[in-house]
Amino acid sequence: MEPILQIKHLTHTYGVGTPFQRSAVEDMSFEVREGEFLGIMGHTGSGKSTLIQHLNGLLKPTSGQVLLAGKDIWAEPKKIREVRFRVGLVFQYPEYQLFEETVYKDIAFGPANMGRTGAELDRCVREAARLVGIRDEQLDKSPFELSGGQKRRVALAGVLAMEPDVLVLDEPTAGLDPAGRENLMANIRDYHRNKQKTIVLVSHSMDEIAQNADRILVLKGAHILMSGTPAEVFARGEELLSAGLDVPEVTRIAMALRDRGLPIDPAVYTVEALERQLLALRKGGAAC
Amino acid sequence: MAEIIRTENLRYAYPVEEGETPVYALRGVDLGIARGSFVVVLGHNGSGKSTLAKMLNAVLVPTEGSVLVEGMDTADERLLLAIRQRVGMVFQNPDNQIVANVVEEDVAFAPENLGVPPEEIRRRVDEALKAVGMSEFTTHAPHLLSGGQKQRIAIAGVLAMEPECIVLDEATAMLDPVGRREVLATVHRLNREKGMTVVLITHHMNEAEEADRVVVMDDGAVVMDGSPKEVFTQVEPLRSLGLTVPDTVDLLDRLRHHGVEVPLDALRVEECADAIAAALQ
Repeated sequence: MEPILQIKHLTHTYGVGTPFQRSAVEDMSFEVREGEFLGIMGHTGSGKSTLIQHLNGLLKPTSGQVLLAGKDIWAEPKKIREVRFRVGLVFQYPEYQLFEETVYKDIAFGPANMGRTGAELDRCVREAARLVGIRDEQLDKSPFELSGGQKRRVALAGVLAMEPDVLVLDEPTAGLDPAGRENLMANIRDYHRNKQKTIVLVSHSMDEIAQNADRILVLKGAHILMSGTPAEVFARGEELLSAGLDVPEVTRIAMALRDRGLPIDPAVYTVEALERQLLALRKGGAAC
Repeated sequence: MAEIIRTENLRYAYPVEEGETPVYALRGVDLGIARGSFVVVLGHNGSGKSTLAKMLNAVLVPTEGSVLVEGMDTADERLLLAIRQRVGMVFQNPDNQIVANVVEEDVAFAPENLGVPPEEIRRRVDEALKAVGMSEFTTHAPHLLSGGQKQRIAIAGVLAMEPECIVLDEATAMLDPVGRREVLATVHRLNREKGMTVVLITHHMNEAEEADRVVVMDDGAVVMDGSPKEVFTQVEPLRSLGLTVPDTVDLLDRLRHHGVEVPLDALRVEECADAIAAALQ
């Protein structure tokens, strides 16, 4: 099947012709398969935010191409709005972008702009609200009466209501507490599973990426440093650390155990997997 | 060790419209902060931890009970300036705390307002920037710095008041892992080398590993209080509060359930690996 997104030799240079000229993304190429959950990680300044703003045409490549379902999104610049309906971008701290009088109207803003009306619009709004756990009676409230975590979920619902084929999220759980983070990630996983939509998740939380992504892209200095499954990427723990990135705490424990001579698989990155390996080691030891 | 801050039966209700019942964000907190200590306050959103932080330098004043900073009551408006000079605060969003267009001017903002003589301001600004490792950025524009660097400038701005105590209210929440490490290393160094009292409000468990003391809040009250080892080994209570335990403790806990003889309090990665290696070999 054709990839839903193809990024070909993408370069984006800020401040062309000024002393501050700097490429935030340089000759990046990769694909996102339909229905995939792709995690993107990278140090601040690695080009993550610049990259994802190309995925729905908020930024135009300095050179290179972004193809959505095989078609260059800039082939017809006047139709870029349609790209934005198909690729939904949830910014960092999206709750700062709420503006309507009621939660309902805020969620309805996107789909209404797409031309949805009446029962169809109502369905989109209610379904998106339900998906993020906003109750019916909360729809008539002002979004500003909600707690921080709820506001964030309303903002997410506003993008989900457009039913984008690709949902791109920039640090969706930043600033939330553990319970809030888990709730929001569960909402995103539901959208991914139930609707079989593609997810691109940018996160600093290695644990979050480890637990959710099918594949991980690691960026460094405007380039792609690594690409692979979580097991493949986290197995290169030392390299990640030297790139100024974190690795999941479990990976650090596994690395420390290997340093002490225990034969732990470098690809382990969950507590459960490490537990299994250690218990297997003990059994093996007892048999000798 | 003498206490720098003392709260007594501290209760606080955010203002509500007439006719509504006030909801208490803090419901009776008795807490003493020892001078020179490094205290981490943990809790999920809505637990009251940020409200507590804002009480410590009179951003908010008690509805009932009291907060004493070096014996000064924060409810006494005449003492406000003296209290805020002793307890400085760093907030979550670095962009909301920077006021000037040049780093050194930003750091000089507070001492200028306090009427500190110019040559003394120069000394304080240089020292504060050195203390947070940002000396080379003295004449830079703050908006071009990274989040971690901006938070270190915000910390320098607080240091320039030469406070006894610094309170960080989720000051690392918006930073990436590198920024978070920079800020934590900076406050740990200030605590170690200058004896600065640090109160760090966070919901990142791993920021608490190196603290002297961990205070866990829930529903406006202190529900756990002890050393990191004492608190983080309470696996079930922590989970029921909606908090996670460090992966080290989680792993050790699982292994113990399978009869592997490891201690539960090997909190740091290296300790944890040592304990497991010893038990299995």
